[in-house]
Amino acid sequence: MRILIKQGRVIDPGKMDQVADIWISGGKISAIRPVDSGVAPDGGSGFSADMEIDASGCIVTPGLIDMHVHLRDPGHEYKETIETGIMAAAAGGFTAVCCMPNTAPVNDNFQITRYIIDKAASFRSVRVYPVGAVSVGLEGRQMAEIGDMRNAGIVAVSDDGRPVADSLLMRRALEYASGAGIPVISHCEDPYLSGGSMNEGPFATRLGLSGIPNAAESIMVMRDIALCELTGCPVHIAHVSTAESAAAIRSAKARGVPVTAETAPHYFTLTDEAVMSYDTHAKMNPPLRSHADVVAIRNALADGTIDVIATDHAPHATVDKAVEFDAAANGITGLETALPLSLSLVENGVIDMERLLEKLSSNPARIIGVQNGIDVGAAADITIINPNRVFAYRSEKGFSKSRNTPFDGWELKGCAVYTIVHGNIVFNSSGSL
Amino acid sequence: MIWSKKHILDIASLSRDEISMILETASGLKEISERPIKKVPTLRGKTVVLFFMEPSTRTRISFDIAAKRLSADSISIAASSSSIIKGETLIDTARNIEAMRPDIIVIRHSSAGAPHLLAQNLSVSIVNAGDGMHAHPTQALLDMMTVKEIKKDFTNLKVAIIGDIAHSRVARSNIIGFSRMGANVTIAGPPTMIPAGIEALGTTIAKNVDEAIEDADVIMMLRIQKERQKSFLMPSEREYAVRFGLNRSRLQRIRSDALILHPGPINRGIEIAPEAADGPHSIILDQVTNGVALRMAVFYLLAGGIRNADSD
Repeated sequence: MRILIKQGRVIDPGKMDQVADIWISGGKISAIRPVDSGVAPDGGSGFSADMEIDASGCIVTPGLIDMHVHLRDPGHEYKETIETGIMAAAAGGFTAVCCMPNTAPVNDNFQITRYIIDKAASFRSVRVYPVGAVSVGLEGRQMAEIGDMRNAGIVAVSDDGRPVADSLLMRRALEYASGAGIPVISHCEDPYLSGGSMNEGPFATRLGLSGIPNAAESIMVMRDIALCELTGCPVHIAHVSTAESAAAIRSAKARGVPVTAETAPHYFTLTDEAVMSYDTHAKMNPPLRSHADVVAIRNALADGTIDVIATDHAPHATVDKAVEFDAAANGITGLETALPLSLSLVENGVIDMERLLEKLSSNPARIIGVQNGIDVGAAADITIINPNRVFAYRSEKGFSKSRNTPFDGWELKGCAVYTIVHGNIVFNSSGSL
Repeated sequence: MIWSKKHILDIASLSRDEISMILETASGLKEISERPIKKVPTLRGKTVVLFFMEPSTRTRISFDIAAKRLSADSISIAASSSSIIKGETLIDTARNIEAMRPDIIVIRHSSAGAPHLLAQNLSVSIVNAGDGMHAHPTQALLDMMTVKEIKKDFTNLKVAIIGDIAHSRVARSNIIGFSRMGANVTIAGPPTMIPAGIEALGTTIAKNVDEAIEDADVIMMLRIQKERQKSFLMPSEREYAVRFGLNRSRLQRIRSDALILHPGPINRGIEIAPEAADGPHSIILDQVTNGVALRMAVFYLLAGGIRNADSD
C-alpha cells in the first residue's frame, strides 16, 4: 500500500524537526518533503497514494520501541499472548517491543527464541525482538547458550525478574554477550535486602507491609557499574526507581562507563502512597518509591542519565492480583498508557518533545542495535501521535488480555493515532478510542 | 451518638468518638461476665464466623466467649481445616462463608490487608482479629479500656511501648489509638526493630528502654519471637533480655503507679521478668478479662444489638 502522511510535524530525534509530508511505498519511506519546499504534491515521485493521512497537528516520529515487556507466551497465555501483547503495543504506538525471557519454558535456548520470532512474524504487525536469558532457567548457575540465541534473533540477554546474584556470572555474561554483540539488561536487586512487598518507608510501616529499601536496588546498580567498568562491556540497567541508582549511573556516565538505563512511566508518575488501600495494582518490583525518588527519576530523564522509557508491561490475570497483598504478583500493564504518561513529562516541562521521543525510539534502537529512523529507503516504521487528544483510559477497552493497571479511569492526554510497521497500518485510532 | 461503622478493620479508621463509644459500651457489658448466668439474649439468632488463618488461642477464645455471652452462634474455622490449603483463594473461601449468611466474619490472617480485601469484596461485617504486621484493633481497644479503668483519662498519659515494634500489629494499633485519645506514646527497642517512619503514626522514639520507661504511666512490653535471630534482628534472647527486657533492676526504677501491660503470650524471663508480669504493677490478666467485654461491645455495635432483637 502507498501511503501519504500529510502535514505532520516530523520529529526524528537529532536529525529533523519540521512539518513535512512522507511518502511510503513497498514498506519503505520513499520520499520526505518539507511542506514549504515548493515541491509538487506527489513529491515529484510520480505516484499517487492509495491512502492519505492528514497528520496536521500531529507528530510523526520513528516508530516507538518498548525495550522491556513481558508477553507471557509461551506458558502463561492466560495473562497475555504474543498476539494480544503486540495488539496492545500497536495501540500504544509501539512498532517494536523486546520481550523478556521469563516465559515457561524460559527463553534460554534458540528453539524458544525461534518460536517467539516465528509466531510474532505470523501476525505481520509489531516487531518482536526477544531477549534471551543470561542463565539456564533464570537460575543464576550456568550461562545460557547466548550465541545460539543471538543467531536465532535475540537482541539482548537478561534474567529479568530475578537479579544475577552471582557477581562472577554477571562478569562473564557481560564479557560473553559483548562478544556476541549484545548488551546485558540487568534487573538490579540485592536478593538479601529485597524481601518485602513494597517500598520501605512510612507507608509500608503504616500498612504493616515489609519494605524494600532503595539500597536493594542501588547496591546492585553500583556493582554492575563496577563490572561494566572492569570489562568495558555494555550493561543496560532496567527499571531504575531510586535517586541513588540515578546518581550512580550519572557519575558512571561522566567517567565514560558504557552504561545505559531505563525507567518505567509508573516510576515518574506514582509514589508508594498508591499502595495505601492495599491496591495490588500498585505492586511491582522494584516497588513504587517516595516522592523524592520520583523527582530524582524525572531529573535523571531530563539530564540524559536515563536513556530510555520502557514499560515493564507485566500482564497478570485477576487470579494473580485479587489476593492478599503480599501474595499478589508483581507488575502492571503499561503498553497502552506509556505514551500519554510520558507525554505528560513534556506537558509539565520536564523534557522537550524531541528528548522524549529519543527515549522512546532512537535510544532503545541504538542500545539493542536495530535500525530506526525517518530516512528515505528505510523501513517505514512510523508512529503518528496526537499529543492533544484527551481521553478517559478504560482498561476493559484495552487490547491486552490483562487489566492490572493503577491508571484505570485516569484522564490521559495524548495518544497514538496511527502505528505503521513496514508500511502497514497496524493500529488506527482516528475513529473512537 | 449512633454507631455507623460497618467494619472494624483498624484503629486508624476509627474516630476518637467511635473509640470512646466502643470503650463505654464494653464497660457496660463487662458486668455480664460477673453474673452467675453469664448470658444475655441480645444477639440471639445472629451468626458470627471466626475465620482464623493464623494460630491463636487467646484471641479466638475471647471472641468465641464474647459471641456466646451475647447468645450469638459462633463457628470457628482454622487454616488447617479450610479450603485454603486445597488452593482456594481467600476471597472465594470468604464468599462461601458469606453465602451461609453470617452477620459478622472475624478474620485473623498473616497477610496485612486481608480483612480489607474481604471488606472490599463481601457485604458482611468484617472484624480484624490481627492482620500480619498491620493492625490488631480489638487488642488495642482492650488495652485502652484496661488503662482507662485505672487512669480514668488518656490526656497527657505517658505510654511506653517496648520491643519489636517493626513486626508488631499490637504496637501499631496502640500507637495510633493511645495517641488519638490524647496520650503521649514513646517507643523503644533494638534499632533493627524500629521501622522507618513510625513517628508518623503518632509516637516518638526514645534513646533507650530506660529513657522510655522512666516516668511512664503505662509500660507495654511486646513479645519477642525467637525466630527473629534468623533475620539478624538480634544476637540472642539472652542479650535481648538484658538490654531490652523489663527485668528486676528496671522494675525498681519505674513509677510506683505505673501499669505494666503485655498482649501475650509472654516469654517469662526474656522480654518480661516474672516479678514484673506477676507483680502489683501488672494488669496483664485484666487485659484478658476486658478482652471479652470489649469484643462483646464490638459484636453488639456491629450486629445491631437490641435494636434488631426488639424488632423481631
